[in-house]
Amino acid sequence: MAVEERDPVSGYLTTGHEWNGIKELNTPVPRTVVFLLWATFLYSVVYWILMPAWPLGVTYTKGLLGIDQRNTVAEQIKDAASDRTKWSKLIDTESFEAIQADPKLMKIVRQTGATLFGDNCAACHGRTAEGGNGFPTLVSQAFLWGGTPDAIAETIRVGINSPHKDSRTSQMPAFGRDGMLKREQIDDVVDYVRSLSNPAVAKAIAPAKLASGKAVFTDNCVACHGENATGNIELGAPNLRDNFWIYSGGAQSVFTTVWGGRQGHMPSWDSRLSALDRKILALYLVNLRAAGP
Amino acid sequence: MGLFGLHYKLERKTMSLAIGIIIAASIGGLIEIVPLFTIHQTVEDSPDMRVYTPLEIAGRNIYIREGCYACHSQMIRTLRDEVERYGPYSLAVESKYDHPMLWGSKRTGPDIARLGGKYSDEWHVKHLTNPRDVVPESVMPPYAYLTRAKARIDDLGLHLAALRKVGVPYTDEMIANASNDAYGQTTPDTPFAEGVTKRYGEATNVRAFDGQPGEPTEMDALVAYLQILGKLTDAAHKAKTAAAGE
Repeated sequence: MAVEERDPVSGYLTTGHEWNGIKELNTPVPRTVVFLLWATFLYSVVYWILMPAWPLGVTYTKGLLGIDQRNTVAEQIKDAASDRTKWSKLIDTESFEAIQADPKLMKIVRQTGATLFGDNCAACHGRTAEGGNGFPTLVSQAFLWGGTPDAIAETIRVGINSPHKDSRTSQMPAFGRDGMLKREQIDDVVDYVRSLSNPAVAKAIAPAKLASGKAVFTDNCVACHGENATGNIELGAPNLRDNFWIYSGGAQSVFTTVWGGRQGHMPSWDSRLSALDRKILALYLVNLRAAGP
Repeated sequence: MGLFGLHYKLERKTMSLAIGIIIAASIGGLIEIVPLFTIHQTVEDSPDMRVYTPLEIAGRNIYIREGCYACHSQMIRTLRDEVERYGPYSLAVESKYDHPMLWGSKRTGPDIARLGGKYSDEWHVKHLTNPRDVVPESVMPPYAYLTRAKARIDDLGLHLAALRKVGVPYTDEMIANASNDAYGQTTPDTPFAEGVTKRYGEATNVRAFDGQPGEPTEMDALVAYLQILGKLTDAAHKAKTAAAGE
């Protein structure tokens, strides 16, 4: 360090480097920076003592505060649940009718239900619950498995054609592909089925064809869809006289249904949503349907 | 000198400075990564955990190829809002057989760590074909060509063998039958399907994921993978029940 010398003007030492007669000052690190550096060192030492920090071979230091994110989140969720007990207990224990008769509870059902529906159901049934091709609307009267709050809650719990052990199961057979009906028979029954809900179709089709379609219907379809084609909620068979169609009521779509069969799937929410959540959703849907599309 | 004395001396000697830099830069890795190899508590035990089937591996490879991880995370954090929306937070053991892991770090779309079984196969096919058909406000690109593309299943045995090298417990039988099992998983009620159930367990999803039984398409493979997300083990659900019982 013999090259260092003191700069006569500033009083600082120089580094000993010289460029064309200019010498570089070795200015000390500002006090603020040094202070902050020590402060961060000190902070980390305190942090090591209080929080989980250092690895020790097969374990690690747990810290004096005993903080564990998993416990923290478990507590937050418990707190949130206890904040809700004011109304969640009522919804849990009261009957559907009693809750529906209580405007305060129904307001909560609408608010909580909208969030639950958006997170879980909207992907298939749509944000407005009006469904889409292949996914039934939930704002109409046409619930395949019954539209009472009880029936809806049960459908949400077990699902339809789901792997749940109590799942509701239903399948429209493939009358064409599996050779149960001939092509002409299918054409006739498609016309007949469409005529039930659509007067324009009923007018346009020859009465002889309708009669033949009706005969095919009586022989093959009444077991599930009923004598009057009004469906059966025990079997999840849709009413064919109303104007609600899961797969659209066009000739092509109905033909595809009769030819290749249908089997829709709704997942079971038994393990994903709590009984309370499912009850709220059932009430939410009944409320939505009452409000109309 | 004081605080900066050592540095003042070091910076004048290149070799010592280089060694000093290497030591300083490796501290983070040494302290944060290496201990994970010895600390058993970092990965939970889950003896019932099952492995991905060959078809699910094919789907996983498509997931990686299409860059799905760029917009979807597979990591539910220990935060109240995430647990209430998506389900129990992710555990380390759930990614035990993921090579590479696909936790992701960005959510343009939702987290899908617990997607398995949440929606029907039909929904997945419709959604991947054109997301806006089922979710009008979606910004996800369509992947309609997956239905037309035959999944490559002839090399799945090699994929399984490679995964075994890094610790996934595939048996010789699984590796030898990988291609047949991929075919069988989309063709229910055949001897091929029975092989899948025998080797991978009764709970394995065996069905025509894209609606067409037989030769698996890339759609079959991807949907099979999406339907198993979060279902390899129920350790996370058990941990949740245990925490609630405290």
